Amino acid sequence: MILNPLPYARSILFDLSSAVWLLWRTAQEMGDQIARGRLPFRPSLFFEQTDRVGVGSIPLVALVSFFIGLTMALLTGYQLQPYGQESLVPPLIAIGFSRELGPLMTGIMVAARIGAAYTAELGTMTVSEEVEAIEAMGLGPLRFLVSPRLLAVVLLMPCLVVVSDLAAMAGASVISFWAFGIPFQRFAESGLESLLIHDLVAGLVKSIFFGLIIGLVACFKGLTVTGGAAGVGKSTTESVVVAITAVIGFDTLCNIVLLSAFPK
Amino acid sequence: MMDVPITELRSVHLAFGEQSILSGVDLRLEPSERLVVLGQSGSGKSTLLRLILGILQPTSGSVQFQGEEVAGMPRRRLNAMRQRIGMVYQYSALISSLSVRENLALPLAELTEKSPKEINALVEEKLQLVGMIDAREKMPSELSGGMRKRIGLARGIILDPALILYDEPSAGLDPVISSVIDDLIISLSEKIGATSIIVTHEMGSAFKIATRMAMLYQGRIIATDHPDAFKVSPNPIVAQFISGNTHGPILEGRPA
Repeated sequence: MILNPLPYARSILFDLSSAVWLLWRTAQEMGDQIARGRLPFRPSLFFEQTDRVGVGSIPLVALVSFFIGLTMALLTGYQLQPYGQESLVPPLIAIGFSRELGPLMTGIMVAARIGAAYTAELGTMTVSEEVEAIEAMGLGPLRFLVSPRLLAVVLLMPCLVVVSDLAAMAGASVISFWAFGIPFQRFAESGLESLLIHDLVAGLVKSIFFGLIIGLVACFKGLTVTGGAAGVGKSTTESVVVAITAVIGFDTLCNIVLLSAFPK
Repeated sequence: MMDVPITELRSVHLAFGEQSILSGVDLRLEPSERLVVLGQSGSGKSTLLRLILGILQPTSGSVQFQGEEVAGMPRRRLNAMRQRIGMVYQYSALISSLSVRENLALPLAELTEKSPKEINALVEEKLQLVGMIDAREKMPSELSGGMRKRIGLARGIILDPALILYDEPSAGLDPVISSVIDDLIISLSEKIGATSIIVTHEMGSAFKIATRMAMLYQGRIIATDHPDAFKVSPNPIVAQFISGNTHGPILEGRPA
């Protein structure tokens, strides 16, 4: 059977254009409120979301990154040990995590944890007509519901990436000391020496875009739920799948573009 | 010179793809009226309310509110217009993460320049009006269906709207609470002088509340009259709907 790519391409284009439309309409509604001399959203709602995205995600991000850093150091160290090159483990983990794995793993974890929660929450509000009631009151549901969520995930993603990088380094240094006898201080010095500022910046800037993708996909899927409870479940699954795929796809695109433009 | 109607729909058509929902609705609502719109489930009654609010756009025709065209109205003006309309939802649609007090205070805090003290006083006044002052600190999940409905009603009138839209206000309630809601709708419309459109299936409520009735059938308003005249309507569709008779043009799908 020949797979017809057209429906998939159409679906991806539809999702992309919808995300751009959502961002534009949210910005417009925020602009309306600012023009009236008012805050675009309630600060309490924003801080509630930052607490949820940031503080609430730290244990998961730190723990998973710690284990991944540890495993990565163990596996690469064993491969490098026969050649006497296990001292390359700290730079490998430092560069690998700050530039690539930190933002990517954080993006995947946030998409699963926060993206799913956003979609389920907004989806439930949509099917119970709460979103329509906000619209009917003339409040602007996008600025009221989407903007604090979107801003929280965009602003907190780089912070979570820093947590992820540090946790991975911690995990890697523990196993490097135990398996390869690399002292903690040497591990830290070697890792930091190898890092270039653009490695850190590339990772942090990418994570901002990952946050934007996750927030937009999750909010869009939540606000367009139809079909009651089953619809909420379906949209939540779709939201996580689309957000993770989009994050990985965007990351790949970034790497190709960045490495082509700046090979060194 | 004739008064400007509160809302007026002229030759309104609405279709979702191939499916036609409304096919030429004409309706005019004068100030202080309580218009009850009757019709079968899925006949487009709630859709009418969403057209007036500008949540749905008609495929063709004109929807006006206080002389302004709603369809195609710019977003800022549309939001300003919506502040003059109160909507009471079938399942209340209270924001589940906010307490009763916060639900009522939300439009005041977001849309007006009132101080927290003034907002609090207004919230208490409206809660008093619907007899729910003791529930002010409760969350929506802690309330019964009838209580939620009353809070929804209080939220609908919090900005003293010119028009209140009720979507099935007494659906799913026991007869006593249903009667309480009917009395509230009448007393609110008399106290704040608001015009109301009530969409319902409940014939008892409909005749009690209405100052005028309209019947929506197959996408059109087929009859509109005072409740007493509606009771003895010669239109077979209206007569069958009111009596609930299983024999007649409705189940046979005969056109009006």
